[in-house]
Amino acid sequence: MPETKPVLMQGNEACAVGAISAGVRFYAGYPITPSTEVAEQMAARLPDIGGVFIQMEDEIASMAAVIGASIGGMRTLTATSGPGFSLKQENLGYAIMAEIPCVVVNVQRMGPSTGVPTAPAQGDVMQARWGTHGDHPIIVFSPASVYETYYLTIAAVNLSQKLRQPVILLLDEVIGHMREKVEIPEAGKLIVEKSSDKVPSDWKPYDEKGLTPLVPFGFGHYYHVTGLFHDQYGFPTGDPPQVERALDRLHNKLEKYRDEIVLTNYIGHKEPRVAIVTYGCVVRSARAVVKKAYWQNRLPVGLLSLQTIWPFPDREIEALAKQVDVILVPEMNRGQLVGEVERYARGEAKVIPVNRYDGEMISPDQISEALGRWLS
Amino acid sequence: MAVIEQLTQDFLRTKKLPHIWCPGCGNGIVTAALVRAIERSGYDQKDVVIVSGIGCSSRAAGYLNFNTLHTTHGRALAFATGLKMARPELKLFVIMGDGDCSAIGGNHFIHSARRNIDLNAVIVNNHIYGMTGGQHSPLTPTGKKATTAPRGTLERPFDLLELARGAGATFGAKGIAAQPRQLEQLILRGANHRGFSVVEALSPCPIAYGRRNKLGGAVEMLRDMKENSISVERAANMEETELVDKTITGVLFSIDAPEYAEEYYRSIGKEIG
Ligand code: SF4
Repeated sequence: MPETKPVLMQGNEACAVGAISAGVRFYAGYPITPSTEVAEQMAARLPDIGGVFIQMEDEIASMAAVIGASIGGMRTLTATSGPGFSLKQENLGYAIMAEIPCVVVNVQRMGPSTGVPTAPAQGDVMQARWGTHGDHPIIVFSPASVYETYYLTIAAVNLSQKLRQPVILLLDEVIGHMREKVEIPEAGKLIVEKSSDKVPSDWKPYDEKGLTPLVPFGFGHYYHVTGLFHDQYGFPTGDPPQVERALDRLHNKLEKYRDEIVLTNYIGHKEPRVAIVTYGCVVRSARAVVKKAYWQNRLPVGLLSLQTIWPFPDREIEALAKQVDVILVPEMNRGQLVGEVERYARGEAKVIPVNRYDGEMISPDQISEALGRWLS
Repeated sequence: MAVIEQLTQDFLRTKKLPHIWCPGCGNGIVTAALVRAIERSGYDQKDVVIVSGIGCSSRAAGYLNFNTLHTTHGRALAFATGLKMARPELKLFVIMGDGDCSAIGGNHFIHSARRNIDLNAVIVNNHIYGMTGGQHSPLTPTGKKATTAPRGTLERPFDLLELARGAGATFGAKGIAAQPRQLEQLILRGANHRGFSVVEALSPCPIAYGRRNKLGGAVEMLRDMKENSISVERAANMEETELVDKTITGVLFSIDAPEYAEEYYRSIGKEIG
């Protein structure tokens, strides 16, 4: 067991601490509420450990700089919010296409547009999935506590390296700014999963036979990196069979490692009649409801919290829908992930949205009330 | 001759040729000057990185046998900044077109200059968006025609090197495709300069710019380019009236100032290399 010591920490700080534990040594960003503390933490911590912090001229440049540094062999992260996340989309697509690892944090705030910068919301769920153009795959984690932010940041960095795929950490204002007592492994301990470091002599950056680790620039492997569709050496191609194979390649790697990527957690009754499915800060309200309804009152209720929202936990929802009569999906938007839940419930259970979108957190009472209606 | 052949083998991806450029395009001349400058710099091949944006000239990256990074439109310098900060020992050449660098990439351009980060920007200025078929760019001269300025553009162009200087770049030079040896020399001097260097290379685009503006073919465009240019040394002894509408070529400024990557690494007490 690693030694731990409890500390009081904010979600945004836990993200920075997790990133550093996972070996992130490069941060590029642009100031924006409510994610700025991630940048401030990185600016304070990285120079002491030989890392690079750079404040770029805009969000687009921050995303580009992160990709450039990843190609140089560093583990990288950038954080933003709302409008900044819109600007990240262009180069996020590039990183997906060119298979460059990086972690992008979006501390969601109330939108659209400038919205209410300091108010919490979960309006970027679909943007996180489809924000950049093209038929791309994506990985999105959504932590529900400060500790989850810490360990999902580590998971995001490691997974991103292993799959050469950007990973998005979708926080919300509540989690980003909340202070909680957390126990984290001893400060400074590296939790880095090493991908195989050996480079075979016939190494190809986009080997058709499968995923290869990225060999950084500057080591004598003269390959090409582009956002154009490319062959296994990275050179542009418009040849239809090659284009199709290249797009499949991007999706297949996520499917292959699906079980490592899709993280969910169920608590509550073994044979629930009503289940709550949710993610992010709403998990906290839902947990309070389930605690009361199940632990205190032994009602047939459960909570499936989704740490991974994309790729969507389809099998988990399919299985749950077969068990229950009703699935409640509380979200702090007008209903985004509920559509996916409905799709994979496949008519086996009634799927009911529970929404709040006034810039305030969903309360346990609001979920309780909906639960009461469907339990009786 | 032997030397040229050697260079072609090592620094060009001959299998990727022929290139996609139109007959008479200046991109090949500028790319060749860049390759010769890199050869003369004596840099280790594995330390050289070519970064480019989007546009006709940016396709050069695919033909050069180094680590090559073909980025998104306008963002080449921002990618390069991240790479340079992560690996300050690498030698980065950033190829951009005029629209790429000064319109969509304008913000990254001025901030790279402000930081004085050691990147070697080579801007191929053909006064037009060539790849998309001839729209006006921020470097299209007033009055010249483009598909999006069929009656001639009313906009005033940037003076790219003055912009760079004003923003803090510490090396600025202008060359022309009609004088490839001088261009090679300028790129080499830019490479040897510590800090953000900008080399603007005027390059003919007979297809998307020359034809619409009745400037003739590549031969005429190159001839006019040469006739209308004066070296900075000669210009120093000439009257201002004699210099109207002339292109002044050579090193226009070279200043000594702290370089960003070096300063950063010094500040954290880490050796570069
Ligand atoms: S359109 Fe112009 S710049 Fe582009 S390849 Fe053709 S001649 Fe060159």
